[in-house]
Amino acid sequence: MESAELIIQQLINGISLGSIYALIALGYTMVYGIIQLINFAHGDVMMVGAYLGWFCTTRLNLPFLPALIISMALTAILGMIIERIAYKPLRNATRLAALITAIGMSFFLEYGGILVVGPQKRTFPDVFPQTVYEFGNVTFKYGDIVIILITIMLMLLLQFVIKYTRVGKAMRAVSFDKEAANLMGINVDNTISATFAIGSALAAAAGVLLGVYFNQIDPLMGIMPGLKAFVAAVLGGIGLIPGAMLGGYAMGLIEAFVSGLGFSTWRDAVAFLILIIVLIVKPSGLLGKNIREKV
Amino acid sequence: MSNMEKYRNQLINRKNIIVLFLLLAVYGVVQGLFNIGVLGNFYMMTLILVCIYIILAVSQNLITGFTGQLAIGHAGFMAIGAYMSAFVTMKLEGHLVAGLIFGALMAALAGIMVGIPTLRLRGDYLAIATLGLGEIVRIFFLNFNYMGGATGFQVSKTINWTWAFWLMVLSVVVITNFINSSHGRACISVRENEIAAEAMGINTTKYKVLAFTIGAMFAGLAGGIYANYMYFIQPGTFSFLKSFEILVMVVLGGLGSITGSILGAGIMTIGSALLADYPEMRMVIIAVLLILIMVFRPNGIMGNKEFKLNFLDLKKKGEENGTT
Repeated sequence: MESAELIIQQLINGISLGSIYALIALGYTMVYGIIQLINFAHGDVMMVGAYLGWFCTTRLNLPFLPALIISMALTAILGMIIERIAYKPLRNATRLAALITAIGMSFFLEYGGILVVGPQKRTFPDVFPQTVYEFGNVTFKYGDIVIILITIMLMLLLQFVIKYTRVGKAMRAVSFDKEAANLMGINVDNTISATFAIGSALAAAAGVLLGVYFNQIDPLMGIMPGLKAFVAAVLGGIGLIPGAMLGGYAMGLIEAFVSGLGFSTWRDAVAFLILIIVLIVKPSGLLGKNIREKV
Repeated sequence: MSNMEKYRNQLINRKNIIVLFLLLAVYGVVQGLFNIGVLGNFYMMTLILVCIYIILAVSQNLITGFTGQLAIGHAGFMAIGAYMSAFVTMKLEGHLVAGLIFGALMAALAGIMVGIPTLRLRGDYLAIATLGLGEIVRIFFLNFNYMGGATGFQVSKTINWTWAFWLMVLSVVVITNFINSSHGRACISVRENEIAAEAMGINTTKYKVLAFTIGAMFAGLAGGIYANYMYFIQPGTFSFLKSFEILVMVVLGGLGSITGSILGAGIMTIGSALLADYPEMRMVIIAVLLILIMVFRPNGIMGNKEFKLNFLDLKKKGEENGTT
């Protein structure tokens, strides 16, 4: 294979994978932006979404799109329930207490998932035609195109919701200043719930797409992609929506190229190394503004 | 009163003698029950794991509870200690003590190297950076084929109850004394208010790195004990989930409480062992407990208080020796 073709091939793989990371990272960054919590359970919410999608396609025999939408809707409700039960009582507690609760929620979803659906891997059905487009030696799967298109559509939808709807405006106001927003008559609790719902729905979409991409799902599938998506959110500047998108694609591309160069066992280490370098050089992320800490 | 006498009075007093007596009693009872066969191998393993986790939890508490730095990379230092001590005991066929010391020192060295750049970060950012570093260590050992790589590495078992128990006591005593020294007070001042501490002339970076290095060193020691007890080490053991587990013990017991960490490590390890037949149920129960404790008692079981033997003192003395 020519080196140029190799590069293009890895570019395609990287963008597909990066789309999925970006979708997960959006949920992380939105939750962090609004309540400054690293929602470690987010990757596992994605896993639940993947299972719901799998259930809809295999057991209810639904086509791909309805399955995706049902999974997103149900996972959005799950996200709101998690926020109400576990995070809301801790809104005024220390950051560490909230972080530990998130870790607890993550364990609960992972091992509760194993109890409910069993620990074995399940094969995700072929929801797309297995068409492969070839341009020279570069292969382009039908699934790649669907993943990229769905991600772009969801991102545009998210931008629209955040920029132009009442909920989106409320979300921006609450993340800017919670108390002032409250005084202006914004229902802070409902806005935070809405943020969790949107983030979880995006994670569910990512979960279904990840299931399609790797053809298999298991209850612990959320751990590594969740962590990497979080790294992506930090890389782009946590709390910033464009940052999460940029970071997600950057992570996907880095991973694809490191694997393509033959260091696939090192790819996670490279991702974390880049994270640490970014944190040390520019802790606010690629798109973040440096904020000086006040005394 | 000469200096000698003063030191002797500080070292040999009623409270310390009672503590020593209690420790000897715990050690002797467990060893005795094991010798006559009442305690099976499984229970012995649980108790030795309790000792290992106490070292890990107390050293994590030094970093997070006393110095206020949220670092989630303890499993990485544990891995360095485990692999480096196994390197000495198995590859170089050295003595166990040499292995443990080498493992702890290498972990401390890693702690300095990691601490100097990352401890400039605060709060969540430090947490993420250390989490990432811990994962890098794990991936490094995963690709370290000289010592087994992903398949793991066999280590002969040389640790017994005597080693585990007294090394645990040594670690707790050293960390407690460090916290009660002027250096330890400087660390606490960094936790309370970093900017104010700096204004008072405390070199905050130095104390953060110092606490981090000591914490890493004891995590390495715990890793060494683990490696030389468990027959077998594998990079997968030292994933960030292990770091989470240690952090959970510390928070469960109470940040800033040594006795709390001991309690947290004991409860978590023994609880896990009791539920060992239902591994999934065990994790679900741990998760629910964790959420409930954080919602209803976010400061952990002990808060930042210590369990003290003061009630044993019939004559109330003015001095505080700080032993637990």
